[in-house]
This record gives sequence, structure tokens and C-alpha cells, in this order.
Amino acid sequence: MTRPTTASGHKGLQFEQNLIFEQNTPGATAVDLPPVPVAKQRLGEVKRHTPVGLPGMSEPEVVRHYTRLSQKNYSIDSGFYPLGSCTMKHNPRLNEKMARLPGFAEIHPFQPVSTAQGAMELIDTCAHWLLELTGMSAVAMSPAAGAHGEFCGLMCIHAAHDANGQAQRKVIIVPESAHGTNPATAALCGYTVESIPANADGRVDIAVLRAKLAEHGDTVAAVMITNPNTCGLFERECIEIADAVHAAGAFFYMDGANFNAIVGRLRIADLGVDAMHINLHKTFSTPHGGGGPGAGPTVLSAKLAPFAPVPMVVKSGEGYTVEEHAGFGVAKQALGRMKGYHGQFGVFVRALSYMMSMGADGLKQASGDAVLNANYLMARLSAELTPAFAGPCMHECVFDDRFLKGTGVTTLDIAKALIDEGFHPPTIYFPLVVHGALLIEPTETESKQALDQFVTSMLSLARKAKEGRAAEFQAAPQLSPRRRLDETKAARRPILRWTPPASDKAQQAAE
Amino acid sequence: MRYLPLSETNRRDMLAQIGVSSVDELFRDLPKKALAAASFNLPNTMSEIEVERALGVMAAKNMNCAAAPAFLGCGNYRHHTPASLDYIIQRGEFLTAYTPYQPEIAQGTLQAIFEFQTQVALITGMEVANASMYDGATACAEAVAMACRVTKRSHALVSGRVHPHYRDVTQTQMKFLDVEVECLAPDPYAVEDLIGRITPDLACVVVQTPGFFGHLTDYTTLGEACHKAGVLLVVCVTEPVSLGLVKSPGEMGADIVVGEGQSLAGPMTFGGPGVGLFATREKFLRQMPGRLCGETTDEDGRRGWVLTLSTREQHIRREKATSNICTNSGLIALAFSVHMTLLGDAGFQRLAELNHATACQLADKLEAVKGVKLVPSAFFNEFTLALPKPAAEVVEALAKKGVLGGVPASRFYPTYPELANLLIVAATETNSADDQIKFVKALTEVLS
Repeated sequence: MTRPTTASGHKGLQFEQNLIFEQNTPGATAVDLPPVPVAKQRLGEVKRHTPVGLPGMSEPEVVRHYTRLSQKNYSIDSGFYPLGSCTMKHNPRLNEKMARLPGFAEIHPFQPVSTAQGAMELIDTCAHWLLELTGMSAVAMSPAAGAHGEFCGLMCIHAAHDANGQAQRKVIIVPESAHGTNPATAALCGYTVESIPANADGRVDIAVLRAKLAEHGDTVAAVMITNPNTCGLFERECIEIADAVHAAGAFFYMDGANFNAIVGRLRIADLGVDAMHINLHKTFSTPHGGGGPGAGPTVLSAKLAPFAPVPMVVKSGEGYTVEEHAGFGVAKQALGRMKGYHGQFGVFVRALSYMMSMGADGLKQASGDAVLNANYLMARLSAELTPAFAGPCMHECVFDDRFLKGTGVTTLDIAKALIDEGFHPPTIYFPLVVHGALLIEPTETESKQALDQFVTSMLSLARKAKEGRAAEFQAAPQLSPRRRLDETKAARRPILRWTPPASDKAQQAAE
Repeated sequence: MRYLPLSETNRRDMLAQIGVSSVDELFRDLPKKALAAASFNLPNTMSEIEVERALGVMAAKNMNCAAAPAFLGCGNYRHHTPASLDYIIQRGEFLTAYTPYQPEIAQGTLQAIFEFQTQVALITGMEVANASMYDGATACAEAVAMACRVTKRSHALVSGRVHPHYRDVTQTQMKFLDVEVECLAPDPYAVEDLIGRITPDLACVVVQTPGFFGHLTDYTTLGEACHKAGVLLVVCVTEPVSLGLVKSPGEMGADIVVGEGQSLAGPMTFGGPGVGLFATREKFLRQMPGRLCGETTDEDGRRGWVLTLSTREQHIRREKATSNICTNSGLIALAFSVHMTLLGDAGFQRLAELNHATACQLADKLEAVKGVKLVPSAFFNEFTLALPKPAAEVVEALAKKGVLGGVPASRFYPTYPELANLLIVAATETNSADDQIKFVKALTEVLS
């Protein structure tokens, strides 16, 4: 059956939408502002003489533009989004409502602290929850996202080694399965990276780690390990790893990207961790927003706590103060400032709203359901797919591409075919240590019914692949707003902004 | 628990399918010692009403700028937000989507980023812009790092009129790299001799417009001097509304422009989350940090968008990446872009004029208060006043009278007693004539 072509290019509810620059009505605006009062201008020599070049549109046109654009997006609100390692769980709207209370939204970072006591209390309460849930000594609230939190943790480690006369420690040991941010962050601290391979069951081989620690001796600054790791497995020997790292005089950084799997069940302080960032936009349900904003508060052990960056909220007697300058007061040894103002305050409000809603019991139930959902998918999908490691898994399960061997279908093809089935594909080709990886993270906010629908689609795709219907996969997706996009072309001759068509330029030149 | 769909029956059925008898069994890899030690001194689940009540009490303890005459700036500005903006960014398809890694089902986010990149390039007068950074301060640090990569030099000079948080974040970020960040002392009076400090080992000079104390300065001559010495000019913009009325950094010869988009992207929310703007010249493209969205076509030849040039980024290049940034500030960038789209050229210019005129009116009135001196002669919507007594005390006294009357410079420069009497005041279109009268009256009373 061929689908009809239309004169408009639209297909029913799927609209083609031009760029705003192609909808320009010169002089139009969607914002009516009050008259400009008469006043003597004081711009000096820098008045702008050329127009900016923004297109003019009316309010209805703008609202329609973005509504149509939004309809081209897959989202958690609209469907199952099992993107491994990304934790695409439901984003409660209560959190949005709380962040918009005027007492939170309409406050300025530099209004007198005496007039922002509620904001200080919010930051302190959010910090209290994070400290209780991890058992750690201190938390640096200001990092803006996971990678920024890693940076904070490694800088604290650097500062601590420097303070202890251990400035020669310049090596970070990272498993091969780590997120790319780990080695990238290490480089920002002037560190070099040593990788260690995973063992056959997808975990750190403690014997290899010990050998690596011995090899690099007193040049090792820290070991960074994601736990649960990127294969969705808990590092069983975590405490032994911590002991070995400490015995070598190094610090143990735990990447908290997967904290959602264990929250409310154990405290990472009891694992011997020195630093861990917490992605509030993963574990604590603040929206991903198409690529942020997130927040990456970093919890620290007593040894690292003195080096935490400013600002630091301080509870004193009846009220709160904030130390905004490194080298002063409680921030005497602080490593400096990592972010403007007071960190991602609006994200803290949302995360606290979520933590209070869930409570200690709800958070434990959430990690339990997340792990149950992942193991259920692993059990059912194993009927046709090939799991990369034996279970139980934690909050996500990973399959390799052995089940596709000889079919002519790749992991990427499976992902694109899932789009036509109405699902967001899992994370693919990550972790790098699993061949043709499909990393599936269902989260706790999916119903059994949603999981069963996904299983039905996934098993049917696996059977189709094995039946030799590779051509159908290579043509997928066919039902999405766009089919496969040419990424090579995009990179070879980058077009990164709209520019006026040549005819307009010629006309402008003639004028 | 309202966010958890599984019923007890579901859980039992699923455990049976997996072949274990309890959820605890699935956690058997966790160390028993740590499981046994776990206890959490935290409350249990709460209803929506209870959460709203508790957070409502906290929010009410803050004096909010919507309910009081407020004249606060220093990189964070209160502007009017059109109603349609918040509606658009709360659409679930934007709010609850991830980074657009599967472009076939993320064209909405991608097209919006492409439009955002174009808008940022247009207002800054640059050739290309990225998809956003965390905030203006971290974008400034990234600009210095990029300038070092481009010039293969490792020395940056930062003007004393750059936002102190931008300066501090840059210094902190370079702390453990072999980069010297030389920061000039804050001086709202004397013009800095930046050109005289250009040396052949310098990677970049970092300046800000409008400056932290409000000054408007044309950096064209500085840019020319920089380029003669192979030095990059980095220009920070903390108030992008100014670009509707003043010459763009690109016109002044900037090589990298960084800024904070919050003022056009919605409420201040105590300073975060904001959105870092980052724009540069095309020839430096491959040294840029952060995500980039580019145009391409799909298999049917239709125009579409993808994330591109990712060989610069951490998930491909790991320790050789241009930055470690992953999550950035997507939704705030969208808010910024929606506002720019709503304004258009006409609205953007009008908003800038309205801000400048309001600030000029206020400056006229404040200059007339006994003992008050206006410091910068040319400014946009923010200026510094020299008061006859410490500004920190004045601000507290004003707050007691219900007015949020500026930010004392001493909050940023505790070790510069000569700046203690300086007050930094901003005025925007949100400040009514009545607000201004209240401020002037309160200040007159406090100073008398």
C-alpha cells in the first residue's frame, strides 16, 4: 500500500513547519509593550545602527509554530522511553507548580540574605535529604549537571592531595565501560586516564585493579567507578575496591548516574565512597527538557568536605547565612566557585518536591520497582534476544547483538524499527564493552501493561529479523516525522544557522 | 504512592516470571553489611496537599520581587515574560524529552535548537553559536579554555569589569591546568589600560558589555589591538536585552561571545537554572565546546536536523574532547528562543528602549538625592551609585522599608573597602513609575 502524497506536505496530524525566519512579516511582533517614556538617552558611543535580523511574527503564529514543533518530539509524557543510563521516568507536574511559586521563582540571587531565608532553607533541606540518603559528610550543591559534579568531585580530590603534599598524584583509573564524561572530566583536572577492562561478568576485575594500583603507585589520584555500572550490574566487590583504593593512598569516586537503582536501600558512605555526584534530573525526576537543565550536587566524605566549592549555606541559630567567597569562614579551604549564583535552585525545588512526595518508603519502593521492571524485561526478552550478562540486573538490562548474527540486521536497525512501533529506542552501542549493545532502562514509572506492549514489539522485531526480512529494517523508520537523516552530510558541510537565501542578499545589496 | 503504577499482583506475577521469590533477592549483589547498616532519618510519603503546604511555607519566607519594588541586577534580571512562553515550554513534548539522540523523533527539539543558534548568532553579531552551556559564568570559563586551544597559549587577561562570578568560575576551572588567569582589580572609575597589557603570550582578553558596574564601552580598538597580536577578544554579555539597542560584540571585533540568557528566558529563580550563550567565528568551529545542531536531509530528501560535529564531544572523544559538558540547558534555551521569536526585531528593540528609558528616568531621580553620585556616564539598564555610607547597610534598611534597592558591591568584593559605598542598581520594564517613586523616597529617608 502506498501512502498518498499531499499538496501541503502535511500528513494528517503530522505538519511540515518552516523555520521562523521563513515566516517573517517585517515589523511584526507578538509582544505589545507600553510606550517608551521620554528620557535623555545615555548610551554614549555604542548605539546600535543596524537591525538584528530577527523575524517578525504574531502571537498566534508563534504558538502554532512551537505547538507543531513539539508534536514532532517523542517524550515521556507520550510514550515508553527506555533510554538506558538516562532514567527517563515520569516528571510530576507538582514539581513544576512548586518551582513556579512566586516565593521561589521571583527571587533574586543577590537580594539581602535576610529576605531570602526561605530559599536558604530550601537549599539546606534539599542538602539534608541528599546527605541522609547517602550517609556522607557534606554536599556541594552548585554543580549544574552530572559532568559538572564529576568535575567538582575530582577538583576536591586534587585540592585534597595538594593540601597533603601529594601533588604528584595525576592518574585516574577508569573502567572501559565508563561514560565518556569520566575521562573528559579527568582531563579538565590535568589528569591522565588509565583504563581497566571489565571481566567476563561485566564488572571490575579487582585483581586487575590491584595490579594497576601497584603499577602506578603513588601517582594514582583516584579511581572512578560507576555503580551500578553501565552494564546495569552492581559492583559486588565495591567495599573491597574502596579498601584497595584507600590502601594505595587514592580516593574512591563513585559516578552516581545510576543512583536511582539503590536509593533508599543503602548509603554509599557504607561502601567507602569519597565523592559521588547525584543527577537530580535522573534519580529525583526533574525534567530533562530536551537536554537540560539538570543539577549535579556532589556528596563528599569528611576528608574532601573542606575543599567543597562556594557558595555554602550555613545554618546559624535561628536563621541562615551563605558563604559566597572561597578563603573565608567555613569556606577557608574551598577550591573556588564552579557556577554563578546559588546553583540550579529551580531544579532543587523540583527535586525536593519529588523527594518529599516519595518519602523514604516511596524512594525504596521506587528503586525496587525500577529493578523489578528491568529484570522482568530481561527475563521476557531473553526469549529471543541475547543478554550480555547473567542477572539479576539492577535498574537496566543490556543485550548484545548475537541474536542478530547472520540476519543482516544491526542494532541500529532494531532501534529505528522500534520507532515505527511507537517506542523510543533504548540506548544503543553503549556501553562500548558490549558488542552492538542495546541498553534498556524501563524505570519504576512504567506499568506492567506498558512493559508487556514493549516486549510484544521487541520479540516480534527479533523474530522478523531472524526470518530474513532485513530490507524492512533497513527502510525503517517509515512512520516518523522524518526517515533516517544523513549525518555524514551534516558534518561534511556544516550548516549551523539559517542564512537569507541568495536572492534576498542580492536584493539587499541592490538597495 | 501516586507515581508508581505496579500493583502488588503485578509485582507477584513479575517476580514469578523472573523466577525469584522477592524483590530483595534481586538486590543480592549489594553488600549485606551496607544493607544492614542503612537507616534514613527522613519522613515517609506525602500527599500533594502536604507537599504544597510545606513548600508554600518556605516560599512565603522570601521577599519576592514581584510583590515589592525591586531594582536588582548584577547578571540576573527580572523582565516581563509573555504568557505564551511558559505555556510553550511546559508542553510535555518539550519538557519531558531527552537530548535529541534519535533525530527522526526529535525534530521539534532540533529545529528549535537550530533557530536558537541562529538567534544567538544574530544578536551577538557572530557567525555560529552552540546549543547552550550551563550558564554565563561557565560559558566564560569555556571561552578561555577554547582561546587557549586556538592560540596554543596559556595566559588570559580578565578585565576588572567582568562579572566577579564569571571571573571566579574561570579561575576555578583553570585551577589545575597550566593556564594563568590574570584578573584586574575592580575599578568603576578609572578606564583600564587593556591594550597596554597585551603581550605575545596572551591567549585572550576577556571584557564585558555592559560592564559589571553598568558602563557601556566600545571595544573596537581593543579588538584591533588583540588581533594584531594574535590574541582573541572574548566578550561577556550578562544582559542580552542590551543587544537590542547597543552595538553587538561581533561589530566590535569579538572572537568569542559568551553570555547569560536568563533575562530573556523567564523568572530569576534565585539565579538558576540559567542558560549559557556561546558564539564564535566559523573558523574556530572545531574548537567549540558543547552541542551543535546542523541541517541535513532524510532518505526522502526532506530537510531535517541532527546533532553534528560530535567528534569534538566527550561521548566520542573522551579525554580528548573540547569539554566534558553533556547535559546543558536545553529547556531554558528553548524559553530564550521562544521569547526572541515572540519579540522579533521590532519587539526586541522596543524592549531595549523601554529598559534604557526606565533606567535613565530612575538615574535622574536618584542623582537628585542628596549625597548620591552616579558613576558611569553611559549605561544601558544598570548603573552604579556612590553613596555617602556603606551600601550593605543601606540595602538592609531599604529592605525593611519593603524595597529591594540594588546590590552592594561589597557583596562581591569583601576585600576592597574602597568599594564599600557602591550600590549597583538595575531598572527594567517591570519597574513602574510608582516603584521608582517608592525607591527614591525610601533611599532619601535611609540616607537622611
